[in-house]
Amino acid sequence: MLEVTGLRVAYGGIQAVRGINFHVAEGEMVALIGANGAGKTSTLKALARLLDAAGGSVRFRGKEITNLVPHELVTQGIALVPEGRGVFPRMTIVENLQMGAYCRSDQAEIEADIERMFSYFPRLKERARQLAGTMSGGEQQMLAIGRALMSRPKMLLLDEPSMGLAPIMVQKIFEVIRIVASEGMTTLLVEQNAKLALETSQRGYVMESGEITLSGEASALLADPKVRAAYLGE
Amino acid sequence: MIDFAALKRDRRAALAATAGLGVLLALAPFLIGAAAGATWLRILDFALLYIMLALGLNIVVGFAGLLDMGYIAFYGVGAYLYALLASPHFGLHWPVWAILPTGALVAGLFGVLLGAPTLRLRGDYLAIVTLGFGEIIRIFLNNLNAPINITNGPQGISGIDPIHFGSVSLAKPIDIFGFSLPSLHAYYYLFLLLALGIVFVTIRLENSRIGRAWVAIREDEIAAKACGINTRNIKLLAFAMGASFGGVAGGLFAGFQAFVSPESFSLMESVMVLCMVVLGGMGNIFGVILGGALLTILPEVFRHSAGPVQQAIFGKVLLDPEALRMLLFGLALIVVMLYRPAGLWPSTRRRQEFKGSAA
Repeated sequence: MLEVTGLRVAYGGIQAVRGINFHVAEGEMVALIGANGAGKTSTLKALARLLDAAGGSVRFRGKEITNLVPHELVTQGIALVPEGRGVFPRMTIVENLQMGAYCRSDQAEIEADIERMFSYFPRLKERARQLAGTMSGGEQQMLAIGRALMSRPKMLLLDEPSMGLAPIMVQKIFEVIRIVASEGMTTLLVEQNAKLALETSQRGYVMESGEITLSGEASALLADPKVRAAYLGE
Repeated sequence: MIDFAALKRDRRAALAATAGLGVLLALAPFLIGAAAGATWLRILDFALLYIMLALGLNIVVGFAGLLDMGYIAFYGVGAYLYALLASPHFGLHWPVWAILPTGALVAGLFGVLLGAPTLRLRGDYLAIVTLGFGEIIRIFLNNLNAPINITNGPQGISGIDPIHFGSVSLAKPIDIFGFSLPSLHAYYYLFLLLALGIVFVTIRLENSRIGRAWVAIREDEIAAKACGINTRNIKLLAFAMGASFGGVAGGLFAGFQAFVSPESFSLMESVMVLCMVVLGGMGNIFGVILGGALLTILPEVFRHSAGPVQQAIFGKVLLDPEALRMLLFGLALIVVMLYRPAGLWPSTRRRQEFKGSAA
């Protein structure tokens, strides 16, 4: 579904991503793991077109998306959950979810989808009329995921969903990510928490200083001594 | 303060309140004319022009969150367009109904012209660039008298046609069934009509898809992009809409004054309109109207009362009323910002913002 070849991202003269290749098949959940500064987020930003790639190509469902502007990705069926939540703080939960459906006009279906998000995250329903900025970090992350799903994407890009959250919240959020993935959502998960990411995904790629150094089945990566030593603290 | 929730519940009360406000607005020029004279009637007319400006700037600053410090340039564009198209300067005498839409369109294009290169800028950086833009327009107006005389330079353009519809000119008293409507009254009604039109458009915009997109961009631009909002076009639209309101107000100003010169469009004027928006309550249409009215009328009150009050207290005028006026005005601004940082009548969203940062 997503085909990345030779992707390069550079900030001025510094190459953050040095020509990486990877793919995500339809219905698959793939983790992109690595340490801080490995180039994970730069990769995702280039995919989401928030950054210009310095080279390479990104194809989504056979279509070149390397030169699209960010908002066109939504109509193509890609939804991004930005790093650091990125909800609209002075909009209510419902308003945030409605913004997620900005490109849709099927009002009745939108209402139904909001209810669906509430069933994923009952916490949000309790706070439907509350301003997003007044919620905890974990609740905001739930909302950000809910909002991304509101565009009825074909593929979900998750940028560090566990960042800065309490362990119990991380568990809750990953539960929902698993549910969404099990319903057939193609997902690319960028995550520092390698163990959690690999346990959740089917396949994984390990990034190191802008290059993909390892890849394979998530279970194999989890068992790989190099991964265990570098990322799982063993 | 008016209890809007109660008005929403009770349609009859809402209707009565609207009717009362309508009667008040309709009678205002007669009441003020009788009580305070032509000077204050003129100030009232200007207040309406400034309200239009403040509503236009509110779209850019209040809705889309783009700090524009050169907004008066669009007022200038509208005013000079009217002056060029309806004055002896070029010998053109276009009718008002053709000039005002042209003014809105041209000012809107200027808005895009300012918006396009500044799309990536926000906050203070955007403020600096827009400030520069405002000054560029003013300096152009000041210097475009050579090699070809377009704007007549610092002397400005005089003898501009008054606003007129066919043979009915608003500069002279208008006879309506034997009843004579003075010029200032006629201008008042025209300005009121257009201001109400702008209020209507603004309310519709605020509650539209576009309005929500503006709020989203103000809140978090990356998230807005991730929601599929074409942030570039929506921001340009904010600049264009705001500018076109300014262009209309500028055209009315030129027709009303019958004279335009570059000094009417100085940085101070931009700051003044921005103050109206911020002080009244950014993002809230009624707050902005209140700000526009207060900031036009209060300085005049100070101007006219500073002399006599000193005379009464000290027996002589110690401080020049003109200097004292700005001093008092500055003091009033500081007091309002200290005690009502979100503005006199903030939007619910903005009020929350200040509550949030205080907590």
